[in-house]
Amino acid sequence: MTASEYRLTQLETLEAESIHIIREVVAELERPVLLFSGGKDSIVMLRLAEKAFFPARIPFPVMHVDTGHNFQEVLDFRDRRVAELGVQLIVASVPEALDRGLVSEPPDGTRNRIQTPVLLDALEKYRFTAAFGGARRDEDKARAKERVFSFRDEFGQWDPKNQRPELWNIYNGRIQMGENIRVFPLSNWTELDIWQYVQKENIALPSIYFAHQREVFDRGGMLYGVHDVCRPKANEKVFTETVRYRTVGDASLTAAVRSDADTLDKIIEEVASTRITERGATRGDDKFSEAAMEDRKREGYF
Amino acid sequence: MPPTMDMLRFATAGSVDDGKSTLIGRLLYDSKSIFEDQLSAVEAASTAKGDDYVNLALLTDGLRAEREQGITIDVAYRYFATPRRKFIIADTPGHIQYTRNMVTGASTADLAIILVDARKGLVEQSRRHAFLASLLRVPHLVLAVNKMDLVDYSQEVYEEISEEFTRFADKLNIADLTVIPLSALKGDNIVTRSANMPWYEGPSLLHHLEHVHVSSDRNLIDVRFPVQYVIRPQSSQYPDYRGYAGTVASGTLKAGDEIMVLPSGFTSTIAAVETADGPVAEAFPPMAVTVRLNDEIDISRGDMICRPQNAPKAAQNLDAMICWMAEDALRPGRKLGIKHTSRSARVMVKELDYRLDVNTLHRDQDAQELNLNDIGRVRLRTTQPLLCDDYARNRETGGFILIDENTNRTVAAGMITSAD
Repeated sequence: MTASEYRLTQLETLEAESIHIIREVVAELERPVLLFSGGKDSIVMLRLAEKAFFPARIPFPVMHVDTGHNFQEVLDFRDRRVAELGVQLIVASVPEALDRGLVSEPPDGTRNRIQTPVLLDALEKYRFTAAFGGARRDEDKARAKERVFSFRDEFGQWDPKNQRPELWNIYNGRIQMGENIRVFPLSNWTELDIWQYVQKENIALPSIYFAHQREVFDRGGMLYGVHDVCRPKANEKVFTETVRYRTVGDASLTAAVRSDADTLDKIIEEVASTRITERGATRGDDKFSEAAMEDRKREGYF
Repeated sequence: MPPTMDMLRFATAGSVDDGKSTLIGRLLYDSKSIFEDQLSAVEAASTAKGDDYVNLALLTDGLRAEREQGITIDVAYRYFATPRRKFIIADTPGHIQYTRNMVTGASTADLAIILVDARKGLVEQSRRHAFLASLLRVPHLVLAVNKMDLVDYSQEVYEEISEEFTRFADKLNIADLTVIPLSALKGDNIVTRSANMPWYEGPSLLHHLEHVHVSSDRNLIDVRFPVQYVIRPQSSQYPDYRGYAGTVASGTLKAGDEIMVLPSGFTSTIAAVETADGPVAEAFPPMAVTVRLNDEIDISRGDMICRPQNAPKAAQNLDAMICWMAEDALRPGRKLGIKHTSRSARVMVKELDYRLDVNTLHRDQDAQELNLNDIGRVRLRTTQPLLCDDYARNRETGGFILIDENTNRTVAAGMITSAD
């Protein structure tokens, strides 16, 4: 090999960086957990974790914060994938938290914000010291400011003005009892990188990411699939449309996009040319205010 | 967009109002990396604030406090790609009180862009930014002489600034300097060469970013493999497997190579360099791999694999330049935690050699302490040997962080200048 051949592609570089981060957490923090929603980012996270410790098993459990408002395809996928990898699945259940009065149902019926206390409660219950999340800095302007190792105090709060500087690839994972670190190994990945990696690695995804026919209705310019928890109002007409999902979240808040992309090649082509961000196209929860994500993260949202 | 392209990380620096946000906005906009919903959110926010133009700075200043104060308070990361390359921008604030953010952004950068306003020429902050880039050994530097439209695209103005900067840069360790006259607002020399400056014969900024050669910046000579984690599956399929996982810091590793492990000094040969995708012919930085050896040696996290004839120093006395990042002052006698490669230890600050005035490069040897955002040279004594090289030779094994053991906060970035 000559010097000019010692090159990595951008996907290889990102993969190496993420594996370095995942190994660092396991080496330094006693009880990590991986937050797994069944979405594409957390699925890529699982693959990276698998690679980081091969041929050993992934040395931490995965946890799903389940709002009870999920797409069935995604739950099925979650259970299948966890069984294949032989990792432990913990479900932190929002319906169960509603029953015991930890949280109460918001008037609009959406459960995005009440996920946070349920997540914090589960982190405390299992005494997790680090939680991996699949968040990317390209998703939102508040996330663009997020560290890879994001320190959270004993209330799970993020303080954007009080973050630990991150230098070279040296991460500071020191915490006191009760505090934790949220870790974002995909920080430097973009939506397109994720899709290109899914293709390169031949990673299976829930079917709702691919174009399919679905009964939908239009609410505020976004197409919501008809679901037990997402019903049209009287003035909202239901029609059948060819759609796919760009993100997988709570079914009451996550919209589909019109798309004919039913293969990875077509999805990559679509993502490369789209003029609307992933969250802008699909997430009702980011529309509350100019700093919706920052505010939720301050409360402990990942 | 082919997944086979490579990546360039660059940091931007400039003082307030030099047009940094506009430049970043322009690069994102012209590479079609600004999305319609982001743009319309920025338009709405600009209108609400009463701005009479679309303030692209709102695109990058995402935090509430930043919008309130109209300044950037923290390093943010942005992403864009062209058909040739993917780019990660470390967008660092220009204020002197955010020196630590520039240091943070520069620590991982292949290239730094320093913006100056053509009307004002070099200001103190331009020199400070150039010094910080050289201190952090950012391999490539671009001086972007911005707002050329406001000086009638004058070649004379450009050359004056360029010459003054080059004279200053000669005093620093800057390996590669490129000076580009441009207008971020009007788009001159950003993506294509500008017809307004026919006298300028160099590349446009984007052309330079796409073509600057970075793979040769890595150290491929000195084999340094800090052991990050020991993989022992203890499964029926792999009953005796023992692999040393880590990221290649420098040099290259392949099966058959003779190696030495520090601090023990034991030697062996590499049986295989593996990944989950199978063995690799040769590993180089920054690959994350697992190394298996032909002999059973006791190796744990914090140890370093190197070549018997080319080992890092195992040192407890370090001379280092540090950037102090905490509110409380650093004085000799203080004890701190240190993290260097995969090794953690404690240090005592033995001496403060001098504090550096980053604007004049004057060394104040009478200084008694380092305050927030100060840079100075210190002598440290560690509780256990660090396996290190001088930062000038190896960014990966020459850099470290200091940690306040009471608050657990990262309080300094350090660069080793000599060790024994």
